[in-house]
Amino acid sequence: MNTIVRNLTLAALALGSLAALAQSTKTPQPAPTPQSAPTPAAAKLSDPGERAFQVNCSRCHNAPEQLNPRITGTVVRHMRVRANLSAADERAILRFFNP
Amino acid sequence: MLGTVNAGSNYMQPVLDPLVAAPLGDHLLAEARFDFREFYSQNGNTGPYYSTFFKSTQLLQLDYIANPKLTLVVGRFLTPFNTYNERLSALWIQNFQDAPIVFSLGTRTTGSSDGLMLRGNAYASDKVEINYTTYFSASTKIDQFQAARAAGDRIDVYFPGTRVEVGTSYARFLQSTRYNTFGAHFYWLPWRSPLQVRSEYAHGPGAQGYWIETSYRLSQFKGRDSLVGRIEPLFRMQQSFRNRPFSGDGVPGVDVKQADFGLDYHLPHEVRFNSSYSRKFAGSGNANIWDMSLTYRFLFPAWRGKKS
Repeated sequence: MNTIVRNLTLAALALGSLAALAQSTKTPQPAPTPQSAPTPAAAKLSDPGERAFQVNCSRCHNAPEQLNPRITGTVVRHMRVRANLSAADERAILRFFNP
Repeated sequence: MLGTVNAGSNYMQPVLDPLVAAPLGDHLLAEARFDFREFYSQNGNTGPYYSTFFKSTQLLQLDYIANPKLTLVVGRFLTPFNTYNERLSALWIQNFQDAPIVFSLGTRTTGSSDGLMLRGNAYASDKVEINYTTYFSASTKIDQFQAARAAGDRIDVYFPGTRVEVGTSYARFLQSTRYNTFGAHFYWLPWRSPLQVRSEYAHGPGAQGYWIETSYRLSQFKGRDSLVGRIEPLFRMQQSFRNRPFSGDGVPGVDVKQADFGLDYHLPHEVRFNSSYSRKFAGSGNANIWDMSLTYRFLFPAWRGKKS
């Protein structure tokens, strides 16, 4: 058990270092595309679809580079189930991919 | 295409993972995901290669979106214990080619369950979201649909303002030997940077362990699509502890400590190159593990549909 405590402590220290790194990072340039990196202003993104994507989908994966409009609805429906998206987020992300 | 050198032994695996999804009206979705792979292994370190073909049905489910807070899933689905199995194990998502050592805790026996699952978003606001998943699986011994009799749940809480997610999982194995497995996960993806931190802990009757993974895509150097911005260095630390002899949990019989160093490159057109070096320290012997993989993801409509 001491080994666990020691290693969890090391992990916590590493996490703390990463936190410092993250907080000291300068602001990236946002781009209004699904591929854009998270930004400090992301929490206040004017596009609710982009915000819903950043909040939910990008927790696990990047956005596909291109989506055929004929399959966007299917992809978002699939992700609604997998990511437990709310109905509002599903609609917003659908609009985001197919403006 | 996956390639591995594990303690001097060479393996190669061409893999095809098709996913099919078909919406049926406004409330139903049928989904299926399969895995086909040819596993090439070397006879010794210098001998000829032999191959074995593997195929599996990872999910084959029908989803009924009953209302905004409840979705019913019937069929074969990925066991929702912790997050790796459901959310990170897909070839086109995983950062490291190898699953965490403790991945099998809570997801035995195959990573998939046959039965009923209820899931949804219980509460959502600008400050917090609460998701739940609960399931029951029947024991199945049919070749492509093997699963254990088990039940479990997962609850996770997500804070959109800080992009922090915490959650707990529970699984009750209900076959000949009945036992509990507990899990917890923590995600942190700060808005201010492309840093991503993901971690899990799992505790079973015979073993326990954790992994913590960090990635940092260099997208702040001239954007995500620049030459440098497509590079994503990774690090994962993981340990497993054998508490007592317990067969069938999939965790090594001795304590293992492993550090994984990865470097992924996101090429255009959904092509991705992953590479990693791992140093494993174990009572049964230390080892170096080298992994390289090339993944291509593509999506297309299987039949003529309507634009959404």
